[in-house]
Amino acid sequence: MMSPLVRTIISRLLLGGLTLAAVSVIIFSTVSMLPGNFATAILGQSATPETVAAFESHLGLDQPAATRYFKWVGGFLYGDLGESLSSNPGEPRFVADIVSSRLRNTLLLAGVTALIAVPLSIVLGVLSALYRGTTFDRVVNGVSLTTISVPEFFIAYILILFLAVRLRWLPTLSNVNDGMGFVEGVRLMILPVSTLTLGIIAHIMRMTRSAIIGVLASPYIHMAKCKGASPARVILRHALPNAWAPIANVVAVNLAYLVVGVVVVETVFVYPGIGHTMVDAVRTRDIPVVQACALIFASAYILLNLLADIIAISTNPKLLHPR
Amino acid sequence: MAERMATSLQRESSPGGTERGPALLTIRNLVINGLVDDTVVPILRGIDLDVNRGEVVGLIGESGAGKSTLGLAALGIVNEGCILVDGSITFDGIDLRNSPESAKRDLRGARIAYVAQSAAASFNPAHKLIDQVVESAEIHKTEPRKRAVEKAITLFGSLALPDPTRIGERYPHQVSGGQLQRLMTAMAMNCRPDLIIFDEPTTALDVTTQVEVLTAIRNVVQKFGTAAIYISHDLALVSQMAHRIVVLKDGVKVEEAETRRMLAAPEHPYTRTLWAVRSLEKPPASAAPPILDIRHINAAYGQLRVLEDVSLTVQRGHTVAVVGESGSGKTTLARVVCGLMEVQQGEVVFDGTRLPPLRGARNADVLRRIQLVYQSADTSLNPSHTVRKLLSRPLRLYCGLRGSAGNRRANELLDMIELSGAYIDRYPSELSGGQKQRISIARALAANPDLIVCDEVTSSLDQVVQEGILKLLMSLQKELSISYLFITHDLATVNAIADEVAVMHRGRVVRVGEKNTVLSPPFDGYTQLLMSSVPQMNPDWLDGVIQNRVGVITPARFAK
Repeated sequence: MMSPLVRTIISRLLLGGLTLAAVSVIIFSTVSMLPGNFATAILGQSATPETVAAFESHLGLDQPAATRYFKWVGGFLYGDLGESLSSNPGEPRFVADIVSSRLRNTLLLAGVTALIAVPLSIVLGVLSALYRGTTFDRVVNGVSLTTISVPEFFIAYILILFLAVRLRWLPTLSNVNDGMGFVEGVRLMILPVSTLTLGIIAHIMRMTRSAIIGVLASPYIHMAKCKGASPARVILRHALPNAWAPIANVVAVNLAYLVVGVVVVETVFVYPGIGHTMVDAVRTRDIPVVQACALIFASAYILLNLLADIIAISTNPKLLHPR
Repeated sequence: MAERMATSLQRESSPGGTERGPALLTIRNLVINGLVDDTVVPILRGIDLDVNRGEVVGLIGESGAGKSTLGLAALGIVNEGCILVDGSITFDGIDLRNSPESAKRDLRGARIAYVAQSAAASFNPAHKLIDQVVESAEIHKTEPRKRAVEKAITLFGSLALPDPTRIGERYPHQVSGGQLQRLMTAMAMNCRPDLIIFDEPTTALDVTTQVEVLTAIRNVVQKFGTAAIYISHDLALVSQMAHRIVVLKDGVKVEEAETRRMLAAPEHPYTRTLWAVRSLEKPPASAAPPILDIRHINAAYGQLRVLEDVSLTVQRGHTVAVVGESGSGKTTLARVVCGLMEVQQGEVVFDGTRLPPLRGARNADVLRRIQLVYQSADTSLNPSHTVRKLLSRPLRLYCGLRGSAGNRRANELLDMIELSGAYIDRYPSELSGGQKQRISIARALAANPDLIVCDEVTSSLDQVVQEGILKLLMSLQKELSISYLFITHDLATVNAIADEVAVMHRGRVVRVGEKNTVLSPPFDGYTQLLMSSVPQMNPDWLDGVIQNRVGVITPARFAK
């Protein structure tokens, strides 16, 4: 006999795996349907059919789709993402090598942003729920509404204009590389991190606020007040523990967005992240790279949502402590 | 000490209440207004209320009378959307109207405690029971946690909770409603407050559970000599608890007297109407051929068996009341009759014809002839439809009446349910609870039914409104010879309306027959328990019940 909590988590994990498998099929088939042909793109329109066939057989493109799919997925499980179509004979370029350093950069950007934005927005959400209706609440809400209403690239350019161009405090480009010192790296990342933080803080903060305010209408909140609990105690001890599920969900969606949706910000700041890589790969029809990026994005999305589900489930006392 | 208090609390009806302690709570000329869509609605219109030390004051009235608002005012709380306009609230010399919020917070939970109506909703689902019970002590730093926990465990024992040492380790969803209500009493008592506000503490409970909770509450209140305000809409209940009763109507105090004096000689006509339903009694009807015959029904939700071998007959023009506590299978039986639930065994015979078990397979005429009226008119009337639309749909569907013929019939129906045609263009939100239930009845009547299944149709209504609805149902029955299958948990309602009674317990019919036979001794065990659990208009009723059930519900049973 397993506890319902463990059972639910296991079933969610299995479901997540199934979703990922389905997504991999979709990615593979859509990418195969992309217009254009890599061989002709590389070899030029004038290539003879024989050259094209030889090139395709070298890359394994002449095999049936099902065989290629299973080879691709099988490789993925071992961390072998295949060879980039831009490899030259004799000097293969592995997709894993191309993607991994870029992914590391993106995860760094997303991680730093999350570390700043998530606690900040939850604290702001709690505070605006506590002081709802006050000037503080209105200001925080107004500012956050403004930042979600403005497109991210616009925020990015505004920040560049003031902090980089006018005040010259920070560089306009964030082209980090491995050989860079820590301080220099931090300096380069301030602008993209600030842009992303402004973009996601509003969602999390507003959801935290409304989840807490929703709970505040419950009779047990009234009861807590009748026991003489202070407003801060009412919110932190009685409301927040019952509001984690919606908060975890919105945090997960925003973290997933940080991984998969930073293309614009990466492009603006010329940040060498995975979004940037994917855009380049689509342009050059480098299908293995596109597929790998798409699958990484999908995994991040599914994994983070799974995590949110598990948090939501495991903060539910009815599942945590069955009868 | 406790003994002396207990004797002083024998609820003697000594005129003038000579044994009262010094004044504890004094409310003078309290005026509180509510704001509904920017319109000012008076809730309390100048109320005076006194509670002395060690005294239990009953507060009674129908919903909307302002009982809960007054109860909260005793904690210095005015709900959001309400404004305290005038008056004073003084607790033990402290001005609760003008003190700063922090000073009022210091009193709440420590010296004035609150017990809410729905214990299930009033416990925080995220925390262990014991943490919530000792929270007041933690907030007010009255004593170390260990000591508070010990006190709580002793209280759990006094309140006859099972396994007092470990029940606190559970979460709210892991214990029953009756236990939660007692735990909430423990939560209120744990800081030994001077005053406790009980706001309808047993309204959400079954009648048999209610007795246990009442007994437990009364025992601890007497033991500690705590003063209390006991709010209820049930005069019989209040008279078990209170030394003195205050009757509220529309925010005004209409009568105040010692409990025994009020029961013996209520002065205000309104107070007398609080007996209303209990005085109704349907005269016996003559035998008639059966319209509905339920034979050996078995039904289950998945693994859970809810009906076991249930058989029942409803005669034409008769009312069969099905009584039992929640979970006894009453509503499932109604669903089976209406074809809303599959049965595993047995059959429903209607007017001589065996009906297919599910609605979809029944023909339109059968669907027309069996109608259902739900407990909650609030949720069973579509809020975006006017009364006209609510009535015209069944008229068109079942009787083919449209246009002016439909309108004429809709007006006739409104006449039948004693509402004028003026209501025809109103939305449900513009009607009172009783009016909404009348519209639900009219909607059922629109189909010209032979049988109406009434599922707790009066349970959520006030006594006076209940009386009106029950009278209406009876006069409709006389006029149209409709049969009712009437599901209820209230024996006073049964007495008012039924010809035959079926008592259900755990999915079985334990007793069935003509009303006077079923409700007269000798009883089987369960019917006896049910009958004796119905509060009587006699302040000694609870004592009598306790004496007859010694060992069943006293703490002694759980003491090791």
